[in-house]
Amino acid sequence: MTTENTTLLTAGVRPGSRLAAIVEGRADIMALTQATQEAVLKPREAGGITAAERIALACRMARLNGEVSLAAHYEKRMPPASRRIADLSFAGHDEGHGDSGDDPRLAAIIRHVDLVTQSPKDATRDDIATLREAGLAEADIVRLAELVAFINYQIRVAAGLRLLGEIA
Amino acid sequence: MSDAIRHFTTTVPFWRPYVTPIDLETASPEQLEALKVTPSNTKVSEYVLVLAHDPESLSHRTPLFNGIMYNRGGLSRAERELGAVGASVVNRCIYCTAVHASRYNQLTKDDSVIDKVFADGPEGVGEDAALDARQRAILKFSAQLSQCPSAATKADLEALVEAGIAAEEILDLILSTALFGWANRLMHTLGEPVAQEATG
Repeated sequence: MTTENTTLLTAGVRPGSRLAAIVEGRADIMALTQATQEAVLKPREAGGITAAERIALACRMARLNGEVSLAAHYEKRMPPASRRIADLSFAGHDEGHGDSGDDPRLAAIIRHVDLVTQSPKDATRDDIATLREAGLAEADIVRLAELVAFINYQIRVAAGLRLLGEIA
Repeated sequence: MSDAIRHFTTTVPFWRPYVTPIDLETASPEQLEALKVTPSNTKVSEYVLVLAHDPESLSHRTPLFNGIMYNRGGLSRAERELGAVGASVVNRCIYCTAVHASRYNQLTKDDSVIDKVFADGPEGVGEDAALDARQRAILKFSAQLSQCPSAATKADLEALVEAGIAAEEILDLILSTALFGWANRLMHTLGEPVAQEATG
């Protein structure tokens, strides 16, 4: 594989290892995984969710899963302005800044990302309504869903590969 | 409006979206390309019409999905379906569970495994002593990897190896389980399952 593959890199798949040889058998899947990562993090048409927000949310989801190396990978690449989005103690409201720090749209996005990452079984119709009320368009709700869904897939591929490396 | 289905079933329901699907009449060329709509193939599910709001990720989804579930070699198709079921039961995605549990039953011509999975529920996935060691190891691993954070351990992997599953097959199980960490988070959060006959 010539291009960098974030999932393999952060799962610790070392070139020349037995694990790398196993993964090479599914090189097409790993290449499509990287292509989807580009599509959800840096789409040609970002719509109402910026690239800066997307990468910070990806970092946040990796942190919620304790995926330290994937979180560090995204952390290094996110712009300073969106760092707070990846901070797990931040929920879209800046304490001590009065109303000016409040961002209802961002608060709704973060709430949804945390819910669907941690407990997708508890998500309901009302959670989509909450996003809509916070000003997200239908397309942005789907864009956000795809981002959350893909990063949660990537987190599990990385976690699984890391474990497989221990016994392969 | 009919009530959503809340119990696990192998009868594939209808999927009713919470988000307005795109309209094929006004779809962009990129959306039509991602949907693979051609004059001879205009039948597209509501689910895919919802996902078409984000054509870039949709265009990768289909080859990735087909590759992980159906590519040559490695883990058997039925056991990839079992990984999908383990994830979908933990995430309580009734729709995905129905589709992949019924495929598992078709492929194996045996309903007893899925009957036990449904009876045990999300907390008991992979714990049922009445299942064979291989089924138990697959279900346990997929259920553990589906937690947030992942609760899968080296011991869960060793149980797979002891059950005779090769490392190449374990990779396929990781991929099918992870894929349903993705699919469940779309299907279960963007819509709900309703009975086929009640929606007409």
